[in-house]
Amino acid sequence: MIRIRTVKWASVNTSDVRQEIERLVAGGEVGAAGLLRKLWRAEQTASSAAFVVRHYETLRPKLDLSPHRLAVLRSFTVEPIVPFLRAGAFDAKIDLTLYLSDFNAYVQEIVDPGSRLYQFSPDCIIFAVQTRDLVPALWSGVSRLNSEEVRSTVEQTIADLRHWITTLRQNATAHLIIHNLEEPSLPSAGVLDSQSVTGQRSAIAQINRELGKICAELTNVYLLDYNALVARHGHDHWHDERKWLTVRLPVANQHLNDLAKEWLQFLHPITGRIAKALVVDLDNTLWGGVIGEDGLEGIRLGVEYPGAAYQELQRALLDLHARGILLAICSKNNRDDAMEAIEKHPGMLLRPAHFAATRINWGDKSQNLREIAAELNLGLDALAFLDDNPLEREQVRRELPEVLVIDVRGDAMDFARTVREVAAFERLTLIREDQQRGDMYQAQQERHALQANAFSREDFFRSLRQEAEISGMTKASVSRMAQLTNKTNQFNLTTRRYTELQLMELQRSGVGDCFSIRVRDRFGDNGLVGVAITRRRGEVCEIDTFLLSCRVIGRTLETAFLSFLAEHARAAGTRYLQGWFLPSKKNAPARDFYSRHGMEKKEENSDGSLWSLDLSTTQIACPDWIHLQVLHGDNE
Amino acid sequence: MTAVLFDRVRRIAADVLEVPEARITVDSSSENVETWDSVHHLNLTLALEQEFNLQFEPEEIDEMSNLRNILSVLGRKLKPAS
Repeated sequence: MIRIRTVKWASVNTSDVRQEIERLVAGGEVGAAGLLRKLWRAEQTASSAAFVVRHYETLRPKLDLSPHRLAVLRSFTVEPIVPFLRAGAFDAKIDLTLYLSDFNAYVQEIVDPGSRLYQFSPDCIIFAVQTRDLVPALWSGVSRLNSEEVRSTVEQTIADLRHWITTLRQNATAHLIIHNLEEPSLPSAGVLDSQSVTGQRSAIAQINRELGKICAELTNVYLLDYNALVARHGHDHWHDERKWLTVRLPVANQHLNDLAKEWLQFLHPITGRIAKALVVDLDNTLWGGVIGEDGLEGIRLGVEYPGAAYQELQRALLDLHARGILLAICSKNNRDDAMEAIEKHPGMLLRPAHFAATRINWGDKSQNLREIAAELNLGLDALAFLDDNPLEREQVRRELPEVLVIDVRGDAMDFARTVREVAAFERLTLIREDQQRGDMYQAQQERHALQANAFSREDFFRSLRQEAEISGMTKASVSRMAQLTNKTNQFNLTTRRYTELQLMELQRSGVGDCFSIRVRDRFGDNGLVGVAITRRRGEVCEIDTFLLSCRVIGRTLETAFLSFLAEHARAAGTRYLQGWFLPSKKNAPARDFYSRHGMEKKEENSDGSLWSLDLSTTQIACPDWIHLQVLHGDNE
Repeated sequence: MTAVLFDRVRRIAADVLEVPEARITVDSSSENVETWDSVHHLNLTLALEQEFNLQFEPEEIDEMSNLRNILSVLGRKLKPAS
């Protein structure tokens, strides 16, 4: 009976929050969203998932959510997972529309181009099929197969998977998430299974290896390591044989949310709900103790306990840095004390060069976070914040609700794992620009220092010695270009999102021209930083997309890029260069872009304004301090 | 105890069946609550298993298609071992 009383206490605890949420939702108040998030983080049960989803649904039209259409092809019951998935998605500001395929109808859905799957036009498709449904012969019938039959079953399965995945790839532009196959926890042959290369486990492992290769070869196809997921939670705990036999639900009740969370780890990077920078505290976060009191000798940081826990966290942060996530410091300290520790302490794995921005002072943390965001040219919603002090976390949560405040539970020994599990730090592809981003921001800091010293803006621009290079889309650049259309929010005239496949289709069909711009300056290579897409109709060349990465805004590069588009349109024989400005919550920096360049407003409606330039009478000059080079290729 | 049990079951049933708590009475069943279909029935039994930290037999799950029966199944299972 004691057990029940404990559970009851937990539910009493949240009932006030629930009542407050119901009151706010009834009054149509958006503030309820914050409480729903709080409730969901405190209590991730089936019933609170349903409660959270129902009330979010009511608020949905008033919230700033990214719409996302998700289809699940499955061989088992996933319906009870749906409320967890929807609640977690709402928490991540993703507005899910869901399509579940019929049981085991996935092959028909994949091969029929007119199937309901494709009619649904998903943004993402999850292929969740179990080993026992896909290859029953390798799950429960393996003892009846000889080694030749095992080999041919493996080959047939790989061929089937390859056929289905490539067919999906051809019929849909959606992102594909493919579950791999689970190995049995108790092989049919017992310990004998491990003694043979044609054993049950190694046969399934071989399929998984090939499946990994198939996913890597194709664009926007990602492997979900279901076998590792089950192993992480433990085979014996993950499964519920009773539920499998009665309602075809193989996953035990207590792990339904874990599968939903794993799917969300993929949806974060796909929908762009990601953090681009992590701002960390120092005392009792990066090291144990307080540097101002304990001194360089006294803080705890090293290979032995208790300093080892802090090193583990630093290792996790280094991994994020390698993933292209910027690191920054926000700490209440004397700057010199703190910097001395970062530069000199033998236990530090992170050094000053790893941090793209630092605010070490006695000021208010939310003000410091605002400044860090401005310095890194990021929106506040691109920041995550890690601090051991619950008061600081609460203050930031209240003042800056856009910032992702990492829920730290337990002590320093849990910090590293907590950081590693944050879905907003997940990435599905890494390109050169991501890995070098940390270095680029360091060059940026030097540029800012120069700007402070330069006499005039023009002198500053000249001193940068910018060399820009414009080229058509190539196989090498398409993934970075698609990434920019999905990530760029500030200097983006239309905020139209494209996948790689959509860009390739646009280019192939001749409907549009896609251009990219790269820029180098005296401090280093900024890489590919801008995308423009134009569409020609008669005597009009319309700018469908025009965007620049925030790290090069304000250097007149946009003028150089626009001057190229005007020249290109003129050379192609069109008379007018036109473009829409579609205002969003974030693209104010681009608002006066067309008017600044002498374009005239032609039309205005509730979506935005259309601007036009008569190429026969007006020119746009490239600033003479930018050396502009246009690469003419065959766009291949 | 019975009143407390009813309150807990009512809250979970209301959450999972997506209706206000006041809509759930001891007479609620899959016949008179529109959202109580087979998927919601499965979700409801899973939520109850989670809340009370127990497992229902397949026969019990079939039996639990109204509040009265849910309460009686739970009453049986929660009885302290004597």
